[in-house]
Amino acid sequence: MEYVVTTRELTRRFGNFTAVDRLNLSIAPGEIYGFLGPNGSGKSTTIRMLCGILEPSAGSGQVLGYDLASEAEKIKPHIGYMSQKFSLYDDLTVYENLDFYAGVYSIPYRERRHRIGEMIELASLSGREKDLVAHLSVGWKQRLALGCSIVAKPSILFLDEPTSGISPTSRKMFFTIIQRLANEGTTVMVTTHFMDEAERCSNIAFISEGRLIANDTPDQLRNQVLSGVLVEVEVAEPMQWLAKLENLPYVKECSLHGSLLHVLLEHENKMADLRVYTNSEVNPITPSLEDVFITLAKRDRG
Amino acid sequence: MSRILAVLYKEFLQMKRDKLTIGLIFMLPLVQLLLFGYAIQTEVKHIPTVVFDQSLSPESREITRAFTASGYFDVVAATGNYQQVTQLIDRGTVKVGIIFPPDYAKQVRSGDTAAIQVLVDATDSMVSNSAIATANSIGLLKSQQVLAEKVGQFKAPYDIRVRPWYNPDGITAYYMVPAILGIIVTMTMVMMTSMGIVRERERGTLEQLMVTPIKSYELMIGKIIPYIALGYLQITVALLVGAIVFDVPIRGSLLELYLLTLFFITASLGIGVLISNIAKNQMQAMQMSFFILLPSILLSGFMFPREAMPVFIKALSNIIPLTFYLTIIRGIVLKGIGFAYLVPQVTALLVFTVILMGISIMRFKKKIA
Ligand SMILES: Nc1ncnc2c1ncn2[C@@H]1O[C@H](COP(=O)(O)OP(=O)(O)OP(=O)(O)O)[C@@H](O)[C@H]1O
Ligand SMILES: [Mg+2]
Repeated sequence: MEYVVTTRELTRRFGNFTAVDRLNLSIAPGEIYGFLGPNGSGKSTTIRMLCGILEPSAGSGQVLGYDLASEAEKIKPHIGYMSQKFSLYDDLTVYENLDFYAGVYSIPYRERRHRIGEMIELASLSGREKDLVAHLSVGWKQRLALGCSIVAKPSILFLDEPTSGISPTSRKMFFTIIQRLANEGTTVMVTTHFMDEAERCSNIAFISEGRLIANDTPDQLRNQVLSGVLVEVEVAEPMQWLAKLENLPYVKECSLHGSLLHVLLEHENKMADLRVYTNSEVNPITPSLEDVFITLAKRDRG
Repeated sequence: MSRILAVLYKEFLQMKRDKLTIGLIFMLPLVQLLLFGYAIQTEVKHIPTVVFDQSLSPESREITRAFTASGYFDVVAATGNYQQVTQLIDRGTVKVGIIFPPDYAKQVRSGDTAAIQVLVDATDSMVSNSAIATANSIGLLKSQQVLAEKVGQFKAPYDIRVRPWYNPDGITAYYMVPAILGIIVTMTMVMMTSMGIVRERERGTLEQLMVTPIKSYELMIGKIIPYIALGYLQITVALLVGAIVFDVPIRGSLLELYLLTLFFITASLGIGVLISNIAKNQMQAMQMSFFILLPSILLSGFMFPREAMPVFIKALSNIIPLTFYLTIIRGIVLKGIGFAYLVPQVTALLVFTVILMGISIMRFKKKIA
């Protein structure tokens, strides 16, 4: 298969600090590529390099066959980018922002009105075309930013935490749009901290401290990363139990999920022991992606 | 082209909505000119004056008219006795008293020297200087005129605009208004471009633009043209204020003034763009703008004549665009000279523009960090 994005040992340093560390990625056309990792793990830095606005310190990468470092300007007409920080013009209206980007992407005048109309429909922005962006809620702003970034119908879309800080309803709406774009053939690389969104990706790359530590489909990650059996324990004071359980020989990992503890056991037959030890309910559960990432991050640090 | 137009239109919309920009363009020239202009305008006009005319003749009335017509004296009272003249001056109601002797008309007609007494309240030296100087000039003019008529020559052209002679530096509103105009334009151009571009960087909108196919020079041109238009608008406002409030005439060609001003605007914009290249945030851009502005004010010849500067400082003033523009604008506005005499200055501004813009466009990379 021909990949639309590939990187080889892509690295970015800021002074002595390595933000992105020898990253090898490959993104297939038409997929929703989830890019996950803890805060400061280098997601935004990677995306900026892929968009050609940040020079790699070492390694190389190609987007649509063009080299990141030497052919950045050739990449730009074909990609859309939404930065982590909202970056449209607050003092322009919804329509004016779209019109501006339509102009910047040189969409012919006679097509513009039609194209902007399409974007307004796609991003569910109708009714507020004449409103100043400053007066929109975060959810609307993010959809407008998406609309602006796809006004030229890019073949690859880079979205850096597009859904942070918006309501659950808006988030759902947003991801539905992403899915629609992917169905129409756009490749989407998206970073997120939300597991329900990660579940909807066709591939997930997980990075930590600038290094790629997992890269697979959500299903594979769930089933293969955790060896053993994951159980849920309901105890009165989970924080205190956390330390105790971590020291048990047959417990591989233990983490806190709300008021519940998720415990990874070596084998199914240790469930009874745990039940006796904690004197509480112990039930096997299917691991969520969050469990997987907690384990991955811990393993990476340890 | 479509990209430049898109940026142009966007800038236009943003400026239109930004009350501060509009304030800067219209209010800055107005306020600055009025403040500076009046502060340095050492001529005092409209001095309240009382007339004690014992002659009551056409000759005495004509002199009174000459006094009022000069603009320096406003006759606010006429009186019938000497005592009242001194009283009015003592009370401060008037600053000047003009007294015609009873035989004034007779003396003029017989060709004798006719004495008019002018009393001046000297507590305010500015007023008294002005009054004395003007009264003297009027006296001089009038006697010349009478003399000329006597000898049978044509009537001497009679200039009521009397320039007081006590201002040895020749610093007058005439001289200052064009210079202030230059200062205002640099200030606005340097500050607005640098802040405008840095603001886009701070807000992240520049990062978004870098990901688009727009080229550096397209972005620059699109951003700069609206500022050129603003510069012209501001100059027009300033010239109008100068003409209406300070009666500054434009002796040279207005068209030439506008054409040559372009080079000054672009040179100033060049400084602004370069600052925006270097400054990390709006605060820094502001500070750098002031850093540039101060030497412009001090060294360009705005405050101190360049002829009196030490050689080194004078050499330094040659790297300031305002220095050259002051020569251009004072030349066109006050002396009425044209392009032919201003080639060196225009060339200098052109060189500034090319160098500054060149460096900026080369330095401006579509990269962050
Ligand atoms: N321009 C820069 N100069 C210096 N350090 C930087 C710069 N940009 C990013 N970093 C550092 O690089 C690291 C990775 O940053 P990056 O923004 O890529 O992380 P991230 O994964 O996007 O995090 P988040 O989830 O918080 O957005 C961070 O420690 C950050 O402080
Ligand atoms: Mg980030």
